[in-house]
Amino acid sequence: MNRFPLWKNLIVVVAVAAGLLISLPNLFGEAPAVQVGLSSGEPLTDSGIERVKQVIASQQIEGAAPYLDKGRLMVRFPSVDVQLKAADSLREVLGKDYVVALTLTPNTPAWLRAIGLRPVPLGLDLRGGVHFLFEVDISTAIKQRLDSYASDFNKLLRDNRIRRSISVTGDEVLIRLPDAADADRAEELLNDADPALDIERRVSGGSAVIVVRMTPVQIKEREDFAIQQNVTTLRNRVNELGVAEPVVQRQGVDRIVVQLPGVQDPAQAERVLGATATLEFRLVCDDANPLEVERTGRAPLGCELFQSRDGGPVVLKRRVIVTGDQLVDASQGFDQGQAIVNVRLDSKGARSMLETTRENLKKPMAVVFIEQKRETVERDGKKIEVPRVEREVINVATINGVFSNSFQITGLDTFEARDLALLLRAGALAAPVYKIEERTIGPSLGQDNIDRGIEAFLYGFLFVGLFMLIYYRVFGLIANIGLLVNVVLIVALLSLLQAALTLPGIAGIVLTIGMAVDANVLINERIREEVRNGSTPQAAISAGYDKVFSTIADANITTLIAGIVLFAFGSGPIKGFAVVLCLGIMTSMFTALTVTRAVVNLVYGGRKVERLSV
Amino acid sequence: MELFNAKSNLNFLGQRRIAAVFSTILMVGSLILLIPGVRGLNFGIDFTGGVLLELGYQGPADLPDIRARLAAGNYGDAQVQNFGTASDVMIRVLPREGLDNKVVAGQIIAVLKAGDPTVELRRTEFVGPQVGEELTEQGALAMLFAMIMIMAYIMLRFQWKFALGAIAATLHDPVITLGFFALTGLTFDLSVLAAMLAIVGYSVNDTIVVFDRIRENFRKIRRGEPEEIMNISVNETLGRTIMTSFLTMLMVIAMLLFGGETLRGFASALTIGIVIGTYSSIFVASALALSLKATAADLIPPKAEKGEGEVDSMP
Repeated sequence: MNRFPLWKNLIVVVAVAAGLLISLPNLFGEAPAVQVGLSSGEPLTDSGIERVKQVIASQQIEGAAPYLDKGRLMVRFPSVDVQLKAADSLREVLGKDYVVALTLTPNTPAWLRAIGLRPVPLGLDLRGGVHFLFEVDISTAIKQRLDSYASDFNKLLRDNRIRRSISVTGDEVLIRLPDAADADRAEELLNDADPALDIERRVSGGSAVIVVRMTPVQIKEREDFAIQQNVTTLRNRVNELGVAEPVVQRQGVDRIVVQLPGVQDPAQAERVLGATATLEFRLVCDDANPLEVERTGRAPLGCELFQSRDGGPVVLKRRVIVTGDQLVDASQGFDQGQAIVNVRLDSKGARSMLETTRENLKKPMAVVFIEQKRETVERDGKKIEVPRVEREVINVATINGVFSNSFQITGLDTFEARDLALLLRAGALAAPVYKIEERTIGPSLGQDNIDRGIEAFLYGFLFVGLFMLIYYRVFGLIANIGLLVNVVLIVALLSLLQAALTLPGIAGIVLTIGMAVDANVLINERIREEVRNGSTPQAAISAGYDKVFSTIADANITTLIAGIVLFAFGSGPIKGFAVVLCLGIMTSMFTALTVTRAVVNLVYGGRKVERLSV
Repeated sequence: MELFNAKSNLNFLGQRRIAAVFSTILMVGSLILLIPGVRGLNFGIDFTGGVLLELGYQGPADLPDIRARLAAGNYGDAQVQNFGTASDVMIRVLPREGLDNKVVAGQIIAVLKAGDPTVELRRTEFVGPQVGEELTEQGALAMLFAMIMIMAYIMLRFQWKFALGAIAATLHDPVITLGFFALTGLTFDLSVLAAMLAIVGYSVNDTIVVFDRIRENFRKIRRGEPEEIMNISVNETLGRTIMTSFLTMLMVIAMLLFGGETLRGFASALTIGIVIGTYSSIFVASALALSLKATAADLIPPKAEKGEGEVDSMP
């Protein structure tokens, strides 16, 4: 009696062993490091990696240990002094195409990293940093779209010689037709232009009003687009900041969370995040030799020298065909198996584009990315901030047809097309964002929080363990083993999920231990009761575990419900607590019912037992 | 070692009228305290919006001086308190009409730096008022939703009379804990809200254990009044109920003592919640089910009578 079949014992052994292995990386602490990535946010190429490694080698930095991590090169250093020195020289040599960020990296041994194991990432409240919550003004995005419709319709009806006056009020475009007889044709034209729109006609006397509204689906699409684009913009900016492991995420309907671990100056971060970028379409001066222009510094009349993103000069016309604020949408697509970027312009942009393309068929056109940044410069011995405009050509393509409000950019591979679409969106037309929450946690406070959390956990665990041992003796000891395994499993699961551990998360672990004891108390009390009622020791163990099963399941499922609700409704710190609570409930059921039982069976099972030490 | 008399037969349900009066007084008292005009909750900036600054001074902070300086700088309404140690100070200001949070924070820091230039800014938080409104709404909604889900589960596993008993016991606990927060003026922030939901889970957990035993005893002891059987069940689970509460309490007290200021609200809420939760699962939950005339027939399906020792399968 009270023997586990082999498979059950194996499950316990495997679970405990896996738990220990997965939670192992948490024991090694952190080392100062420098993270090197590309400014564009793309993964480093092999040649890029070689370059960085060479620089490190040439600087003769002692003890540097580089390894690749999520497309960035992480270089660990034995001390902060070496780290700072190395970061400075790396910045100097690598230039602006690379982002060099100071960070702390886990001291995980290479063999653990090789099998993909990492320690639990720490939340902002434990490691220090800045947290922003931005709200995207989606009503402005909708308004922009309606304005764009209004001007499109105006052009459409004008081209068809229909007299009209058009205005935008609230969420409607109102088209007044002085002659009601035009209404049928106007409606037909509008319908052809965009069949998805919600069109309604009101006739009063001799005149008619056509009301055009966006359908809920279109509004949703527009909102999603505006937010997604803002996320992209912010992510690009964060890359500029050179922060290791930043978080830029959409939260809820119209919010964006930005978390910058290790950043201590929210003002600087906000400045960069708030920078504005735009783009322009220009014709290429194809009669000029870019290298020649670069060498002499003299461009032909009406032309200007630009730098291309891939390096190398490009000479463009001074006249701008279309600016970024005339861009309505950009998306990646495929045409006959080739990657393309679909671009949509508003009517003003479309008119200009139509005229230009008509006259310049088969000529190259360039997309210029313009960014306004602020940078600190030293002037007369004082550090001041000056605005700086950065312009670069991100794409040159040949005009293959006459087009106006929508066209395609071809000649790209899939990766490039995706990035160009992102950049086009990121560069222009950001619906305004407002900061509605900001939290800054100093690094010393973060360390304090870790220390206090761990201290609370250790003392609590010590008290509980001691009491269990005194009160239930051998069974108390076994329960304590179960509790330890429980902690190991929670840490292992958190490491596996890479869910950030926060102070509320540590509180969750502490509370879970308190609640996990409950299952063991239930079992041990039940065994005592069975012994009192005259059961043999073996029967008492068996009955004790069996009878409490449904109780433990019921009790834990109700707590799990509370945990899941917390997770669903909560944000930030509450979510961290909820995750740990839910994981803890599951692991504690496993440890209380299976792990402790396996140990009990090992100790008492299959032999004659006079009395139980419970 | 054993602390509880295994043969205890205390007449808990016999005292249910006294318990009912006691609980009613606590509940009504808490609800009155929760009325904003009477005392109301001291909401943290998570809910109200505003600015929170945590400052570190070199030596013990001179709170009266800080308050005087803030009042002179037109921030007389700022809440100033020590945070953990004598040299750490937390300052909370409600949102200002027409003034950006950042400006407010800047002004406060400037005022305080004038008093002591060595003051170190350890943490700042700005929360927009709309975030707070949403949180209050979401928090209430989460509470309600959790209750409904738990009630549905208990109805599925037991029966509506027990579900009502469990929910009453469960409502009882956070309400009284909230009353405690209103009475003491402890800050009610996000972590306390999380603690409230943990209390809901914990309290139901406790109640379920008692109900499970009642169901088992209704099956086992075929004779006997429901009151008698329920009393036996409460007595049988008494050791466990108190042991579990005690052990969980050990962990929570460790948090209270060593967890630092940030966890204080959370740990205080749990401490009160556990005490009340233990009381309610002994005195309130079964008593209410009994008052609703719960009998053996409510829990035992007429045909599917199970043999002893057989394990209930999960639904």
